Amino acid sequence: MSATTYGWLILAFPLAGTIAIAIGFKLWPGRSAGWIASAMIGLSFLAALGALFDMLDHDPEGRAFTSSLFSYAKTAGFDAQMGILVDQLSVFMCLVVSGVSFLIHLYSISYMTSDKGFNRYFAYLNFFVFSMLLLVLAGNFVLLIVGWAFVGAASYLLISFWYRRKTAVQAGIKAFVINVIGDIALVIAAFLLFSKTGALEFQAVFEGAEDVFVKNDGTLIAACLLLLVGASAKSAQLPLHTWLPDAMEGPTPVSSLIHAATMVTAGVYLIARTHILFELAPTASDIAAIVGTATLVFAATVALVMTDLKRAIAYSTISQIGYMILGVSVFAYSAGLFHLMTHAFFKALLFMGAGSIIGAMAGEQSLDKMGGFRKAMPFTFVTFTIGALALAAFPLFSGFFSKDDILGSTITRGGGFIVLAVVGYLAAFVTAIYAFRLVFRVFWGERVPEAAELEDEGKLAHAEPFNPANNEAEDTEVGFPGPEHHIAEREWPMKIAMGTLAFGAVFGGVFGFANLFDPLDKFLEPAFEETAGGAHIPHPSDATEYSGLTIGGVISITGIAIAWFVYIRRAGLSGALVRRFPRVHEFLVNKWYFDELYDAAFVRPLVAAGRFGRTVVESKLVQGGLVGGTSALVREGSAFARSLQTGYLRAYALLVLAGLVGLAGYFLIVSS
Amino acid sequence: MDVVWFVVLSAFIFCIGAAGVMTRRNPLVILLCLELMLNGGNLALIAFARMHGNAEGQIFALIVMVVAACEVVVGLGLIVAMYRRKIPIDVDSMSELRG
Repeated sequence: MSATTYGWLILAFPLAGTIAIAIGFKLWPGRSAGWIASAMIGLSFLAALGALFDMLDHDPEGRAFTSSLFSYAKTAGFDAQMGILVDQLSVFMCLVVSGVSFLIHLYSISYMTSDKGFNRYFAYLNFFVFSMLLLVLAGNFVLLIVGWAFVGAASYLLISFWYRRKTAVQAGIKAFVINVIGDIALVIAAFLLFSKTGALEFQAVFEGAEDVFVKNDGTLIAACLLLLVGASAKSAQLPLHTWLPDAMEGPTPVSSLIHAATMVTAGVYLIARTHILFELAPTASDIAAIVGTATLVFAATVALVMTDLKRAIAYSTISQIGYMILGVSVFAYSAGLFHLMTHAFFKALLFMGAGSIIGAMAGEQSLDKMGGFRKAMPFTFVTFTIGALALAAFPLFSGFFSKDDILGSTITRGGGFIVLAVVGYLAAFVTAIYAFRLVFRVFWGERVPEAAELEDEGKLAHAEPFNPANNEAEDTEVGFPGPEHHIAEREWPMKIAMGTLAFGAVFGGVFGFANLFDPLDKFLEPAFEETAGGAHIPHPSDATEYSGLTIGGVISITGIAIAWFVYIRRAGLSGALVRRFPRVHEFLVNKWYFDELYDAAFVRPLVAAGRFGRTVVESKLVQGGLVGGTSALVREGSAFARSLQTGYLRAYALLVLAGLVGLAGYFLIVSS
Repeated sequence: MDVVWFVVLSAFIFCIGAAGVMTRRNPLVILLCLELMLNGGNLALIAFARMHGNAEGQIFALIVMVVAACEVVVGLGLIVAMYRRKIPIDVDSMSELRG
């Protein structure tokens, strides 16, 4: 089979799974829907492997294949094909997406067991994977936009999965609205590019762009900035990041899959896919690099103070995606994608561990109420710590190599980029601290009652679940883990998923082991070889590479040591720091007041406009003026007509006579 | 004799009838006044017919008389019906059409 056949198969399996589960969602007994969904994603992963092996048989220069099923829309000068593009980049993305998705599907089978919405969940999840694969395999802008929007819809459905939970529904709406901003930007960017190059297929657009645009052409910069807005909305970059922490309202495997490992990296993919455009518009890619850097610093500082376990990891995700955006924006594409892969491993793993802990805490997510889970949940402890080590870029763990790859490439660009790299290293320091803040606060310290009970009696007597955001009792009727909710560790599908990801988080670095051994770089290189506008892909020299690794390792170990000092050695120190710097703490806890800013800038004016519309336009103008005015006019007019009807015969006779006299008088005057 | 006299007389009779229709409340009297108005008109028709020296006006006066007879039949029928149903013989008391 050819690579493109495998490409279509990659898409076909999750779609078949979605349809089968969705149509028969009342019929699938027990956990069967989960197994079907997992099998479909597993087959999709195998198809992606098939595409990879088929591709490896070809010459590295000729590894981009296109295929089209039919014409999607065809008019004069416009031909959108139902076509896919299978090249190194899309195969790499397919492998990461389907591989991580498969493990998270496995994990979900156990995690969602006692949920009433089990089958619905897996239909959504398969739909998401299909959309994501469509996004990365799309061969033209039309299909890309379709996948892009599908992914947003799937994200909305899964965030609001527990739809009786008010906070979840609000979070879903927020995510959807912000994603739509990105969708619109992406659509306008595609229009701009189409109007100039007259093409929709990626390869045709890129070839056309080199002929049509001079370097830093105004239209091209506008298009690239719009693409960046789209990427920012999807990848939760400043200033469109506010939806991601709220998206943690969804089930934890969803946070793991969509809001950490795959969907939020779509922005990185988009920039890598349209790299020729960004290279032709260096201004836009510089702005993208600055956005990425600003985001990674901002999110790292906020992650330092979040007390909600999942939200802390969510801010960490935003920060790590900032690194990826920085990487692809300084033209270090394989570095950015390498970090995308390792991040998918360790962040999915961290979320799975968080899900396990939250399961043990009966839905409680506050770090303040956790502690001492080390012996109660040994498997979670080990895997979570591995994830945290990889996140903190501890030497020889996967994140160590990928993060260094990005920062080393940034330094190699020289000039102002060195500032960005330094900021990146500082944020890496903060990353190490917050990663181990989570580990130490959850697994060390005083045992909380849940941990003691689990450790001593080996079981948990759960209370009724409640929403930690507003203390409302949960409605378990439409699906919510009931009181009998399983603890993650005990189920083997979860252990397999977490174990595999932990393996990836430790050894994922071998795909880019400094300059010694970097198969990933060599594999992806040809896809990005065709650069434009005189841009060249930065290759860090050995000296930069090894000094970067050394600095990164030192920073990481120092950060972990500081976290150990603050949270273990001097357990009260963090509280003292908060009291010492209340303003700073307040500022960080309120997430740099972004939500408040948007509330004041957009939400409240809109609400005020809505209220004005309701009280003034609707009730006064429409009801009072248009509707009331018409009826009043008819009423007054008919009252007048009625008052003419006196009912007195003599009056009618008088009127008739008056009419006659009038008529006669008129004729007399006319005839005279 | 000049036709003007006839026309003036006919106008007088018509006006007397019209004034009666509008001022009297007894339907019988109103019917009588209506007859006066009709006959005022008839007089004018005949006077003009005579002036022109042809029969058309006279024929028209005859038709008016037929119509007047019909009208009296209907009117008297109504009055009898009112009397039978013990409704006061007064046109002002029958003002159901008032808006």
